[in-house]
Amino acid sequence: MTPAIRVRGLRRTFGSVVAVDNVDLDVIDGEFLTLLGPSGSGKTTVLRMIAGFERPDAGTIELAGVNVTNAPPYARDVNTVFQDYALFPHMTVLENIEYGLRVKKVPKAERRARALEALEGVRLTDLGDRAPSQLSGGQRQRVALARALVNRPKVLLLDEPLGALDLKLREQMQVELKAIQRDVGITFVFVTHDQDEALTMSDRIAVFNEGRIVQLGTPAEIYEFPASEFVAGFVGTSNLLRDETALAVLGSAGTWSIRPEKIRIAAAGTAGEAGERAVAGTVREVIYVGMSTRMVIDLAPGGTLVAVEQNSGRHADQRLAMRGENVTLLWNTEHEYSVN
Amino acid sequence: MTTTTATHRGFWYRHPGLRLGGLLTAPMAWLVVVYLGSLGALFLTAFYQVDDFTSQVVRSFSLKNFQTLFTTSAYYQSVFRTISIALLVTILCLVIAVPLAFFMARVAPRNWRPVMIALVLTPLWASYLVKVYAWRSMLQPETGVIAWFLKPLGLDGPGYGYVGIVITLTYLWLPYMILPVYAGLTRLPDSMLDASADLGAHSGRTFRSIVIPMIFPSVVAGSIFTFSLSLGDYITAQIVGGKVTMLGNIVQQTYVTNLPFAAAVATLPVIIIVLYLLAVRKTGALESV
Repeated sequence: MTPAIRVRGLRRTFGSVVAVDNVDLDVIDGEFLTLLGPSGSGKTTVLRMIAGFERPDAGTIELAGVNVTNAPPYARDVNTVFQDYALFPHMTVLENIEYGLRVKKVPKAERRARALEALEGVRLTDLGDRAPSQLSGGQRQRVALARALVNRPKVLLLDEPLGALDLKLREQMQVELKAIQRDVGITFVFVTHDQDEALTMSDRIAVFNEGRIVQLGTPAEIYEFPASEFVAGFVGTSNLLRDETALAVLGSAGTWSIRPEKIRIAAAGTAGEAGERAVAGTVREVIYVGMSTRMVIDLAPGGTLVAVEQNSGRHADQRLAMRGENVTLLWNTEHEYSVN
Repeated sequence: MTTTTATHRGFWYRHPGLRLGGLLTAPMAWLVVVYLGSLGALFLTAFYQVDDFTSQVVRSFSLKNFQTLFTTSAYYQSVFRTISIALLVTILCLVIAVPLAFFMARVAPRNWRPVMIALVLTPLWASYLVKVYAWRSMLQPETGVIAWFLKPLGLDGPGYGYVGIVITLTYLWLPYMILPVYAGLTRLPDSMLDASADLGAHSGRTFRSIVIPMIFPSVVAGSIFTFSLSLGDYITAQIVGGKVTMLGNIVQQTYVTNLPFAAAVATLPVIIIVLYLLAVRKTGALESV
């Protein structure tokens, strides 16, 4: 099957900075793909090149099998939700949503009907006559979404659309966006630097670093089996044992990752069950984060690991008092994951 | 537990009313007495008369001056001519300034901007009179630069007159149009243009439907400058206007012999500008000046 988007050898430089370096990517029709990476990793530039706002220095972009590398944005069957929403301030909400249809000369009656339907789809039915400036951040976000979706694009591009919202609203919109994507069945390409957001919403994640895709896979694959030290550190907590430390603790050299929630904290001297590794250590730091507690533990053979425990058992004060205590860390050896 | 009180008295802090008064007295006195006072005197004088025998101003109220203004063809033609010049100058400034400002704000590299702004402002460093006399020599019939350029094409230059006035005033007030439009364009987020293209609009459509409406307040702000400056000008008309007169020239010609009539003539541009400001107030342009 032809992918919704096929990107080959994409490259873009700004002056002497290589923003995107030889990126290949196939986006499957109907999937929710997230481009995840730190700022400056090239994910937004890739999105902007797919939309047509930036011209690549090299490489090709195909949309549904058609080469659009040199096509202007208005000739591409994709729509974008912008980070700052980019709602036109001199138009009402409804006029904003109708704009794309008006430009394409859709007859007035149909235009109005589709815009109202789109407005209903984002649950803002009564706000059509408002100016964008009279809306809250979350409402603007939805208008931007409706304005893009009303054109029924093959692909919807979202450039950190939830970045400006507060945490509560952001979590709510994550669920809502995912539901909308399932309903309309459009391919979503979503850019974010927020790993939780990426893990929550995506069918697949492409992790970017320094202009390249360093790993592409499902959220579980990315989290459980990071392909490199960078991915292990960027997605989830960096919990690595290296070289001599790895040799001392695990018995083999190289770089190893152990996810914090896989580690159990027990009283000093506790022996592990079958398949478990027991390592002695000292609690250096206890960080209370409400739902859970993060403990930073210096291991006796060397190295430092972070362990996370749910705050279901012991009282928070008891945990905080554990600073400086000697403990034993236990984890199943199958959770030791080599990231070489 | 003992508490101590901060010893610093802060007289002005504790008397915000006096503070405000101290701040505003001088500018308010200037505004009310010098500016509004003289404007009021002008309005009042416009309704007085001159005694034909003694040439003294008679303080009796009548609309006779305005009657003369609107019934004497030389006068009312001058009114319409002045308004048409101001309108033409504004339109020409707009036609030149919008593409230029667009280039400065959105096309040229960002580090060229200071240089380009300096270049736009350079003409303002020269004296007004110097610039108008420069245009006088350029516009000179037969021997002026413009006539010389046009001669091979078989054309005469505009010479001194209506066209000369419009060209000169357009040159003089152009920076006052470029700057607000430029400022408006730099405030326009890139994402607005991207969004319009993304929704299927080619460049021309984006310019028409997004750029122009969004910078409209800036355009109006610029037009307030070009329109009102043109409306009140009389020196340019004197130097490059030939026999063509504007309202300001009538004021200049009559204020010695008939001060009340000159005041009536001078009132007219003020009324036109006030009407214009009232009309544009709704566009939000007055916040963009």
